[in-house]
Amino acid sequence: MRFGGLTAVRSVDFTVNSGEIVGLIGPNGAGKTTFFNCLTGLYVPTEGTVSYKGTVLPPKPHLVTKAGIARTFQNIRLFANMTVLENVLVGRHTRTKEGLWSALLRGPGFKKAEKASEERAMELLEFVGLAHKRDHLARNLPYGEQRKLEIARALASDPGLLLLDEPTAGMNPQETRATEELVFAIRDQGIAVLLIEHDMRFVFNLSDRVAVLVQGEKLVEGTAEVVQADERVVAAYLGEPFEGAPGEEEAAEVAEAEAAKAETGPAKTSVTKTEDEAPADAPAEEESTTSTKGEAQ
Amino acid sequence: MIDVTETQKTTTDTTATAAAPSARGLLPLPLATARALLLAGGIATSASAYMAWTWTDEFPGDLTVNGYPGGLQWLTFVAGILTALFTLSSYGVRGLGWLLPAKNNAPVVLAALGGFATTWFAVIAITVELGGVVNLEPGGWIAAVASLIPVLGALALPEPLGDDLKDNLKKYVAKPDRFPAPKAIAPWVERAIITIVTIIGLAVFTYGIDTEYGELFVGYLILVTFSLWALHTAGMLDTFSRIVAHNRSFTLAMGFAAAIAFPFTQTDDHYANIGVNILIFGTVALGLNIVVGLAGLLDLGYVAFLGVGAYTAALVSGSEFSRFSGVQFPFWASALTGAAASLVFGVLIGAPTLRLRGDYLAIVTLGFGEIFRIAVNNMDGDSGPDITNGPNGIPSIPDLSFFGFNLGESHDIAGFTLGRFANYYLLMVLIMAIVVLVYTRAADSRIGRSWIAIREDETAATAMGINGFRVKLIAFALGAALAGLAGTVSAHVTYSVVPTPYQFAGSTPPNSAFLLAAVVLGGMGTVAGPLLGAALLYLLPEKLNFLQDKSLLAFGIALVLLMRFRPEGIIANRRQQLEFHETGQLDVPEQATLTDEPAVTKAGA
Ligand SMILES: Nc1ncnc2c1ncn2[C@@H]1O[C@H](COP(=O)(O)OP(=O)(O)OP(=O)(O)O)[C@@H](O)[C@H]1O
Ligand SMILES: [Mg+2]
Repeated sequence: MRFGGLTAVRSVDFTVNSGEIVGLIGPNGAGKTTFFNCLTGLYVPTEGTVSYKGTVLPPKPHLVTKAGIARTFQNIRLFANMTVLENVLVGRHTRTKEGLWSALLRGPGFKKAEKASEERAMELLEFVGLAHKRDHLARNLPYGEQRKLEIARALASDPGLLLLDEPTAGMNPQETRATEELVFAIRDQGIAVLLIEHDMRFVFNLSDRVAVLVQGEKLVEGTAEVVQADERVVAAYLGEPFEGAPGEEEAAEVAEAEAAKAETGPAKTSVTKTEDEAPADAPAEEESTTSTKGEAQ
Repeated sequence: MIDVTETQKTTTDTTATAAAPSARGLLPLPLATARALLLAGGIATSASAYMAWTWTDEFPGDLTVNGYPGGLQWLTFVAGILTALFTLSSYGVRGLGWLLPAKNNAPVVLAALGGFATTWFAVIAITVELGGVVNLEPGGWIAAVASLIPVLGALALPEPLGDDLKDNLKKYVAKPDRFPAPKAIAPWVERAIITIVTIIGLAVFTYGIDTEYGELFVGYLILVTFSLWALHTAGMLDTFSRIVAHNRSFTLAMGFAAAIAFPFTQTDDHYANIGVNILIFGTVALGLNIVVGLAGLLDLGYVAFLGVGAYTAALVSGSEFSRFSGVQFPFWASALTGAAASLVFGVLIGAPTLRLRGDYLAIVTLGFGEIFRIAVNNMDGDSGPDITNGPNGIPSIPDLSFFGFNLGESHDIAGFTLGRFANYYLLMVLIMAIVVLVYTRAADSRIGRSWIAIREDETAATAMGINGFRVKLIAFALGAALAGLAGTVSAHVTYSVVPTPYQFAGSTPPNSAFLLAAVVLGGMGTVAGPLLGAALLYLLPEKLNFLQDKSLLAFGIALVLLMRFRPEGIIANRRQQLEFHETGQLDVPEQATLTDEPAVTKAGA
């Protein structure tokens, strides 16, 4: 993915298997969000494709969602002047099909579908713990609840893969822990989760696998131990070899501490093509493979 | 530290009750005197309406009679009564407590100001128009003084005043944050209230339409504005909208009953003509509200769809000047044809343009709107195909007739005479009912929610699986079809169709700027808003002759004032009524469009 002269994401091959939580980390500006935008069709990748369950997805956001990939946004994008319930109902869009005519005629089918949508939406609000706020405007929710609502809205499209862009940004430790529980609960429903985070403790606790993105390229991918042990990750966060890549303090501390403990792990040398290191026995029937490739400048 | 916070608490408490020693009036008078001034002044104001204010009936409305109010004096009379009633309620008179549930001063103050403004407007109008204060009879002087007294009383009412005069004045007209929880009302009482309010509303509205001269209309607007403001600060409007929310369909039915009743209250078909025009433009504005208010698409060429409907109806009306003069469709068929033709145009224009966002869309629709008018102007057989007769348009469109009931003739029904315009008015009520039904049903459904989602945040909406283009095209086409439907009636009402009215901005109503202003002024995303907005914007230049060639300027000023003081429009929509959940939280992130900007907001940092 290129923006003018800037190659934001280059040759990132990535596989997420069902029932898996995968973390995506990297310093600010590494291209994580851009990667998500490519996956969900908000950006059309300059080169490369996104495939989900074996079929290549067209770079159209609504088709991607329909296929089963839902997402949240780093800078919350709720429908601010809609109520909490309505936000989730909008999320149901792809799983319902009542058009204008049935809305005007209001037949029994329409009423049934509306009722079913509402029930499902309430279920989801219950799930994230916002049921009591159903009639509040989204913009009046506190920050943490807005993030939860975004997750509920994304879940409303019954996704097979959920993309979370910094779900704990701006949260206090308690809220972060609650979010952790929430992500586990989502995973337990059989939904694969790919999440971007800067909170290292959170990521390493949660993820079965972690991938590190630095300057648009995938540096390492593997289990928490492998990634924490990788010296290049530390370097990327501390900013030694890559100038101008501001490392997040906490991340650096954690990575440093971990690195100091562990021996130098078997670092991966190939950046462009990374086989996934997760247990290969994960059911492959539901998987999303993506590769966005760009040429070097 | 703890002490400080506690004192702060007590001060906030005192502001809430407004009865603490720190509360004082802007004018240093005891509370009892202030109230006495209000009551006496209110009654005196009303009484002064019975006197002669001027010696000559050159001033319209004949204010020369002692013993009976006339014209503008009626307004003064009503304002005085209102002031007295609110004051009595603040005294705690039994049976009037419901007028002031929060016991605040603002309603009394505003009623007093309303009386003052209407009366002084009348007195000044007399002085200016007749050329000097000598034209005032003693009654006029008395009215001026009498209406000033309640204002003085009002300013002596105790409020927790500070040092800043502007803030202090604001406190006098502020609506309290909290009202005592309203008592539960029995359903039949709620319906009775709705019925009474509808009747009063019809009476007030009819009075406004029937005002015979500009001075009366201005006075009327002043009084209505202050009265509604007073009722608003008294919490009355909130209570009423809550009651309406419980009885939606009943309110709708009452509204239509009132709309149908209107022509029966009129003796002069001229006012029915105003009524039918308001309905046509209101209906079209409501259609535009789907596009602008719900889907958030700024359409600056909307009037073209009204034109398409009108021209289609004219072409198949059987008019001898029509290109297809042999063809005469029955009304239902021509209405459907008109709507269908508009719909097709909507899709044709929408398909290439709706891929654009924001300002681009506005510019392109503006262009298409003008193209329609210019094209129609040129399709006269000389510079284009011979379809629309060019600038001459299609005149002598025959009147409609249903089952032998000719809408062009007067009919006597149950002792009431319904003229031509009254007939068309009733037909338009039917059309409006259809449009209202379409609007409300579409808005409250999956498709309506996706329109609102697109309006709120298009990127997020598409990421939720909404096919933005398709959904926007549906909104655009539906809006076009509804405008076309209204256009078919308007062709018959005006006897002829010509290209000129279908422009972007002009001094006579059906133009895109007018329709858009009606939607914004009335309240985007509501049903009543565009209707009210269209009524106001149509009536203002109609009633105020001096505005007729400056109506665009007036729109401009009205809209600027509106954006400054009430950006949500006169009628706030349901979402804004959820304000009581407001937390005043400021750190809700701004909604930047993802595709336009790099994601520089670091929420975590
Ligand atoms: N639409 C765009 N146009 C131009 N440049 C862009 C655009 N979107 C992103 N970029 C650039 O691409 C790079 C990667 O940005 P991205 O938002 O993906 O980073 P990130 O890894 O999500 O960072 P953070 O952790 O701060 O969220 C940045 O340099 C950014 O400025
Ligand atoms: Mg990001």
